[in-house]
Amino acid sequence: MPVLAYIVTPRSGEKNKLLKELNAMQHCEALSADNADILILVTDTPDKETEKQLEKQLNKIESMESLSMTFGYNDELQYKGEGDGHEDR
Amino acid sequence: MKIDRRSFIKSAAATSAVATATSLFPGISFASWKQLEGATGMIRWEKAPCRFCGTGCGVLVGVSGDRAVAVKGDPACSVNKGLCCVKGYHSVQALYGKDRLTKAQVRKNGKMVEVPIQEALDIIAAKMKETIDKHGKDSVAMYGSGQWTIPDGYVASKLFKGCIGTNNVEANARLCMASAVTGFLTSFGVDEPMGCYEDIDYANVFITWGNNMAEMHPVLFSRMLAQRKRRNDVTIIDFATRTTRTSQASDKSILFKPQTDLAVANAICYEIIRNDWVNWDFVNKHVSFHKGKTNIGYGLEDKFKFKDKAEGIDFEQFKTFLKDYTPEKVEKMSGVPARDIRYLASLYGDPTKKVTSFWCMGMNQHTRGTWINNLVYNIHLLVGKISTPGNSPFSLTGQPSACGTVREVGTLTHKLPHGVVMKPKARELAEKIWELPAGSIDPKPTYHTVAMFRALDRGDIRFMWIQVTNPMVTMPKLKRYRDGALKEDRFIVVSDVYPTPTTDVADVILPAAMWVEQEGMFGNSERRTQHFDEIVPPPGEAMSDTWQIIEVARRLGFEKQFPWSQEEYIGKIWEEYRRFHDSPKHNMAPYKVLKARSGVQWPFVNGKETRWRFNAKHDPACTSGEDFHFYGKKDNRAWIWARPYEPAAESPDQEYNFWLNTGRVIEHWHTGSMTRRVPVLHNAMPSAYVEINPEDAADMGIVNGEMIKIISRRGEVTMPASINGRGVPTRGQVFVPFFDEKYLINEVTLDAFCPISKQPDYKKCAVKLEKA
Ligand code: SF4
Repeated sequence: MPVLAYIVTPRSGEKNKLLKELNAMQHCEALSADNADILILVTDTPDKETEKQLEKQLNKIESMESLSMTFGYNDELQYKGEGDGHEDR
Repeated sequence: MKIDRRSFIKSAAATSAVATATSLFPGISFASWKQLEGATGMIRWEKAPCRFCGTGCGVLVGVSGDRAVAVKGDPACSVNKGLCCVKGYHSVQALYGKDRLTKAQVRKNGKMVEVPIQEALDIIAAKMKETIDKHGKDSVAMYGSGQWTIPDGYVASKLFKGCIGTNNVEANARLCMASAVTGFLTSFGVDEPMGCYEDIDYANVFITWGNNMAEMHPVLFSRMLAQRKRRNDVTIIDFATRTTRTSQASDKSILFKPQTDLAVANAICYEIIRNDWVNWDFVNKHVSFHKGKTNIGYGLEDKFKFKDKAEGIDFEQFKTFLKDYTPEKVEKMSGVPARDIRYLASLYGDPTKKVTSFWCMGMNQHTRGTWINNLVYNIHLLVGKISTPGNSPFSLTGQPSACGTVREVGTLTHKLPHGVVMKPKARELAEKIWELPAGSIDPKPTYHTVAMFRALDRGDIRFMWIQVTNPMVTMPKLKRYRDGALKEDRFIVVSDVYPTPTTDVADVILPAAMWVEQEGMFGNSERRTQHFDEIVPPPGEAMSDTWQIIEVARRLGFEKQFPWSQEEYIGKIWEEYRRFHDSPKHNMAPYKVLKARSGVQWPFVNGKETRWRFNAKHDPACTSGEDFHFYGKKDNRAWIWARPYEPAAESPDQEYNFWLNTGRVIEHWHTGSMTRRVPVLHNAMPSAYVEINPEDAADMGIVNGEMIKIISRRGEVTMPASINGRGVPTRGQVFVPFFDEKYLINEVTLDAFCPISKQPDYKKCAVKLEKA
């Protein structure tokens, strides 16, 4: 059950529109900075597959300039870095 | 309001994102979030120092039940005043990698099998005893770390040096800070910086000597940038061999050829004297002049020995020595234009400017590391810019407790918690505090780190216990030392939190508690001791390194020396350790003071921290009646040293025609064993690379991302090229970060070291490049 947090930059002048759009999406909660064009997005999905789907959907949003992850948490499946060298041993 | 665990994790995720946004966009506000966070009341925040570098930022760890879920900067900590870097913000996630070691493992018939930790501890004690009986006390060794907590290092020293009577205790800080220590000792007679981070708030000029602070000490660097923004009289000069983020943010970037920093430092002194910028009042009262041996070698051969000998000289002899270092002569050697050398000298020489010099590995990992430390002190001493707010030659530390544990506790072969093993008084004090019979401590140092791994290879050492460090990635000329560790009758114990190339060579692996899963203390770059509680429990059977050593010590029959209960051992150890430093020159704060504050600076005298040592206004150990008192040296003066330029151990030639320089990146801590398990950090910097100068790349027809073989006389490694990436080396030089165990760059490096500090030079050896 992944919980991820992102810093989101809206396209110029589209902060409120993006905030509404994000909050309308399933598994998403967004909040807005009072004094900057920055949003925080927290996603809470039931499994990795849904998480991947959601990420695809997010990347399609027109009013969004950029999305950068700052926090990742997954109760069932703890992260193990891809290609961190340990798979080979 | 009752909130379930899931909501809480979401709240922690948002907290973490808000904290990151705050660091990226200073002044940003999320009022709606603050109300929500306050209303939930779910976050328990506990103070700790950051795990990931020697800056020692104070952090607040957000805890949900028994799990650490978020980090924010501690506004009460004077180091960072609420700010963190990307590693700090994500540090708690390093606790929860999927392959965390939670059970002990023992090699049986060539395979590692899980065993109860008590059984593993029995095996370790039995093996140590057997090895000592068969091969003598100096056949067993402990190799620790600047990431050891202070109690970890203290009990290691007490067991090995005190109880067993071998000086086979070393730590990886030998690889990063030893030249800083010998620099301090030879120039001032006592270790660690005279100044503190508050210098940043006063200095007008910052000169970074081979120190990419923007990536390695980002919080301090941002304090510098904030000062430049706030005041209009601040200049930052980056003096380096490679263009980095620090160079880009500085007002002027000056590039020099590897190893010639020695010549440039002397040329700055030459110019200061030629222009009569010498602070004669200061020099006459507080400085004496010396020279040492020259042509001192590189330690490349086994059982290499060197002892320096100081000889007093006068100012005129020093001035004559500097005649070889006119800016014009040095321009030819260093590639630094004479006008830039004069400019640097004018900044140091201008009486109206306060100057702080920062350095770290660039000067320390140097076959003349002690010398270059001396030479930068020379500059500050000639102009009297030292030990006053803003005037500071400042040796920064890489690891969170290289100062606290390795330098202050003295977990190096020649050291004790107070003084050196060679001095009868120091041994007597340790034997008294440790309740050991007189003569228990051996007066002869044994092996420094490189020599210790050579002894393991030769078979003079048969048993080695490695804690909190990853030498099978970090040792220079790695193959020899890995082959040595793998030899038939060697027994290697590794205490760590994740599998690494070092656990791969282990006969026993002990799962260790990490950072805030145990109580402990770190000591940062500015003499600040920082306590942290056990904030979350360690996973499975993981145990603090301190307690692992205590368990083994008791099995070896030293219950009397290790009597403490698990509930109170850290406090008891601290109060015992503090007895070693009972003087105004080094007094440490009591346990209850440490517990209450976000770090306390020593000397801590009559309830007061000391900000600037050797300055009578600030330092209660000054007793000479003068404005400054350099009490570390018998002549009560700071020493200026005539130290010449000497070449590197290996320089490029026709065949191996490139310099190789190695180092770090902001996202990863050292060998990456922890930070590569943090998704944000791993995704930001997933893989190492070799930086090549764009013109060299064009000459060789190399394109970005192309696989390149880096070959030295010791070995080779193949990795992708980075051209015009984050850093750009000068022509004829390549740079490789060492965080990625897929590309073991230390197969290629050379194990030459500074003959005085015994610290290897990871910044200079000769390689050639081939397209793979
Ligand atoms: S600068 Fe160092 S101590 Fe501070 S947050 Fe970053 S890694 Fe941690």
